[in-house]
Amino acid sequence: MAETQIKNFTLNFGPQHPSAHGVLRLVLEMDGETIERADPHVGLLHRGTEKLIEYKTYLQAVPYFDRLDYVSPQNQEHAFALAVEKLLGITAPARGQYIRVLYAEIGRVLNHIFTVCAFAMDIGAMTPMLWGFEQREILMEFCERVCGARLHMNYFRPGGVALDMPSGLAEDIWKWTEEFPKCINDLEELLTENRIFKQRSVDVGIIDAEQALDWGFSGPCLRASGVPWDLRKSQPYDAYDRVDFDVPVGKHGDCYDRYLVRMYELRESLKIIQQCLKDMPSGPVRVDDRKIAPPPRAEMKHSMEALIHHFKLYTEGYHVPEGETYTVVEAPKGEFGVYLVADGTNRPYRCKIRPPGFAHLQAMDFLCRGHMLADVVAVLGSLDIVFGEIDR
Amino acid sequence: MDLALRDLGEYVQSALHETVQSVNIDRDELTVVVQRSALPRALRFLRDDVNCQFKQLMDVCGVDFPGRAERFEVVYNLLSLTHNRRIRVKVRTDERTPVPTVTPLFSSAGWWERETWDLYGILFSEHPDLRRILTDYGFEGHPLRKDFPLTGYVEVRWDDEQKRIVYDPVKLPQDFRNFDFLSPWEGMQAFLPGDEKAKPDGKH
Repeated sequence: MAETQIKNFTLNFGPQHPSAHGVLRLVLEMDGETIERADPHVGLLHRGTEKLIEYKTYLQAVPYFDRLDYVSPQNQEHAFALAVEKLLGITAPARGQYIRVLYAEIGRVLNHIFTVCAFAMDIGAMTPMLWGFEQREILMEFCERVCGARLHMNYFRPGGVALDMPSGLAEDIWKWTEEFPKCINDLEELLTENRIFKQRSVDVGIIDAEQALDWGFSGPCLRASGVPWDLRKSQPYDAYDRVDFDVPVGKHGDCYDRYLVRMYELRESLKIIQQCLKDMPSGPVRVDDRKIAPPPRAEMKHSMEALIHHFKLYTEGYHVPEGETYTVVEAPKGEFGVYLVADGTNRPYRCKIRPPGFAHLQAMDFLCRGHMLADVVAVLGSLDIVFGEIDR
Repeated sequence: MDLALRDLGEYVQSALHETVQSVNIDRDELTVVVQRSALPRALRFLRDDVNCQFKQLMDVCGVDFPGRAERFEVVYNLLSLTHNRRIRVKVRTDERTPVPTVTPLFSSAGWWERETWDLYGILFSEHPDLRRILTDYGFEGHPLRKDFPLTGYVEVRWDDEQKRIVYDPVKLPQDFRNFDFLSPWEGMQAFLPGDEKAKPDGKH
């Protein structure tokens, strides 16, 4: 029999594929069912955020950060707020810091529920998605009650937060933290020992510690490879040095470990939320500097100076002294960094956003090589990809 | 100021002496400017030296200063997990001179450099795959340069007659409003004129 020439097959995965987590176009070179090369094409959601921020005042730039990773908006704002605070040389008051940590952890829970459930759905489990989204809805109500927006909060501002928490909210969040572990248990019961789930995720997309560092991994993806690194512990910001929590670390660096790390982080986040609620001091929630934070609405009704300050802040904004900083937070997806260059005017000269997912997606080719087509979906789901932040 | 950071700065300078152009610590962040040609050597040293151990390249980005002779800065943000420390390495270049790629040292540099090429037009020599990454297929220009207009040059729409996407020149119903807050009459200054005459104890 004559030898037949087998030609590699190129497959377009996405950008409309439901498992592509948005608008990923993945060009796969296949040898039968095996992947020879994966070439992700990103940028289909590119909105020029960095360019737009250069033309906005510092305060106007905050909402753009909500629209990066829209699954956990507050964590991005946090990075920008900290970067501007560093350049201005101010720190938020204690209550503001605690509220920010509280909401950053709510953002983490929002994100991890979404990721875990979407990952489960990608590899065939429908129910977790339905259960998880019920909890997300409750959390987004907490966001709505504190700032008026369910998703794009625009709540963390340089110098603190926009508003204090309304009365009764802390009690409701506390009540939820007591009920939520049941939901985590239910999810774990469905997934953790599930035979199908394990067959699809154990030993799929393995990356060891050395390689994970080389590829610029951070967050749960790095910890799943066995590197105990969490910016909340190692370079604590705001009130993270005053709360007690553990950092779960994986062993194998496969999809299953990345899932497990996220599940444990959910419980740790609950611990942080409870401590924040317990330890939160009373007092102001943003700096008492009228050149940076606006005056209270009531004061503007009788004080001319307050009115002037308000007007100047919302038209011209504040001038940030010359300098540059690379400020990072531990966003739910990993290290979210803002490289901010200020030139002394009221607008950022350059605002580079370092999305964690960009580095993770870059490793797709490395992770998928030699795997089957169906594993691409599992790897993609476990990396926690959101295109708002990758494409910017 | 962080003493360990200053020591590290001096250490890097002494190890890479002539290739380091400046070492600067600002707001507890260490910045090292190195010669363009010596970049791979410097990063390899920072990665492998036992006192540095900057194993992770977290970010590469460009910054545009059109007034300078070498208008671009390429900024590398490195992180050392062992020492829990960060360092920023910068090189300067212009539109034509390529920067040596660091992809062989850090795999993560691949896409970051592609992005810098895409948005600033900074060339990287010997990069394995220097394609555009964030902008549209067939996009022209480098949008994050300061001389690229915010509105861009073309806008996209679906043409129902031709049954395809067409690119038209940008037409704005209203011009982009750019307010100048830097004129001395309107700008908010850090001090009021005359403040320098006041004595620190408040007496005149």
